[in-house]
Amino acid sequence: MSMWEYANPKRFMEWTAPVVPWAFGLSGVLVVGGLFWGFFLTPDADKFGSTVKIIYLHVPAALMAINAWFMMLVASVVWVIRRHHVSALAARAAAPVGMVMTVIALVTGAIWGMPTWGTYWVWDPRLTSFMILFLFYLGYMALWEAIDDPDTAADLTAVLCIVGSIFAILSRYAVRFWNQGLHQGTSVPVVTGGRTIADIYFIPLVICMFGFGILFIALVLLRTRTEIRARRMRALTARAARA
Amino acid sequence: MIALLLRDLRLSVRAGGGFGLGLAFFLIVVVLVPFGVGPDRVILTPIAPGILWVAALLAALLSLDRIFALDFEDGSLPLLATAPIPLEGVALSKAVSHWITTGLPLTCVAPLLGFFLNMAPGAYVWLLASLALGAPALSMIGTFGAALTVGLRRGGLLLSLLVLPLYIPTLMFGAEAVRRGADGSGVTAPLMLVGVITLGCFALLPFATAAALRINLR
Repeated sequence: MSMWEYANPKRFMEWTAPVVPWAFGLSGVLVVGGLFWGFFLTPDADKFGSTVKIIYLHVPAALMAINAWFMMLVASVVWVIRRHHVSALAARAAAPVGMVMTVIALVTGAIWGMPTWGTYWVWDPRLTSFMILFLFYLGYMALWEAIDDPDTAADLTAVLCIVGSIFAILSRYAVRFWNQGLHQGTSVPVVTGGRTIADIYFIPLVICMFGFGILFIALVLLRTRTEIRARRMRALTARAARA
Repeated sequence: MIALLLRDLRLSVRAGGGFGLGLAFFLIVVVLVPFGVGPDRVILTPIAPGILWVAALLAALLSLDRIFALDFEDGSLPLLATAPIPLEGVALSKAVSHWITTGLPLTCVAPLLGFFLNMAPGAYVWLLASLALGAPALSMIGTFGAALTVGLRRGGLLLSLLVLPLYIPTLMFGAEAVRRGADGSGVTAPLMLVGVITLGCFALLPFATAAALRINLR
């Protein structure tokens, strides 16, 4: 029994059916709980005032925007190497979710930017990188939509995702070279350990991060299931048309 | 590969090849900018490097969908795929011919158009250098995009959407080199980075392009 067994569409449908509602429930509890805690039970920060509370939406959305692209990259590579259809469909399913996360991060960032920086938008490295990421999501989804044959579409979007990832990383560092920014550094550096955010804000933030992560998983599973069903429908209609 | 290159070059310069269109488009975009932002030299001089790079990039974009579309329509692309040279070589040759017919002329006329935008005197040579280094990368990335969209009926608009985000790093470093040249600070770092992008593109993208072509020809 290897992990690839779960890539069988039938097996995938079987094991995701009970998982999806639980994942939605858990993410709902975590997101609502984390946001409630963050919005109503934490004090205002010194420098930011009450605007700091947008962090509970902004940071988890930004986190998932990047991780969604990363997940698409992994799924694309799996599709190219092992040709599991579920993998290609999962990559397709993740793209709109990732794009919405990117938009949430950009919009909440703009709303947060006005009171703290005095402007909605600056061409700061992080903001610019996110704008570029948004463009990559757009191109990726447009390519999926444009191609009729599902296998060709899966192959071409996988190639685009792999090449696009290289260019996205390149852009990220190019942007840093191009302009120094206003955006503060990361508050939760995983590599170095030390963090610049107090526990009282950190705990609800982590809850929100986990909530968004599980929400992302739930949405991707749901959308992948929909894609599988849509493909079965197409196969059945094609068969009926032939008969 | 040489024969294929010469064939593509001949096709593009003869009737219906649209050889001068990219250049004319470049000229028009550059001329439109002063109408948009006003004729003030104080405004035009600092933005000239960026405008020239963006305009050159858009002009290069115009002719991308022709790279594979004509060969795909008349059936010579499957022949090329079964030809003795590898498909990666075809991709490389296509990119080089696109650069010779589009990128190289753009590079040559760009300093002339810099004149219209009152570009700083020190920037001309760096504009030439950065375009000479960066334009091949634009052609190679564009060839990859063209290979992705070759089978589509209305691939043109999608092609721009796919290719333009990939152009961002080249544009940033290229325009930065010219800006630094204009105010006299060190241009070595951005120029070298443009060169890195070009070399990296030519080393890796022919494989991705060939993979995309194979998928589309399947």
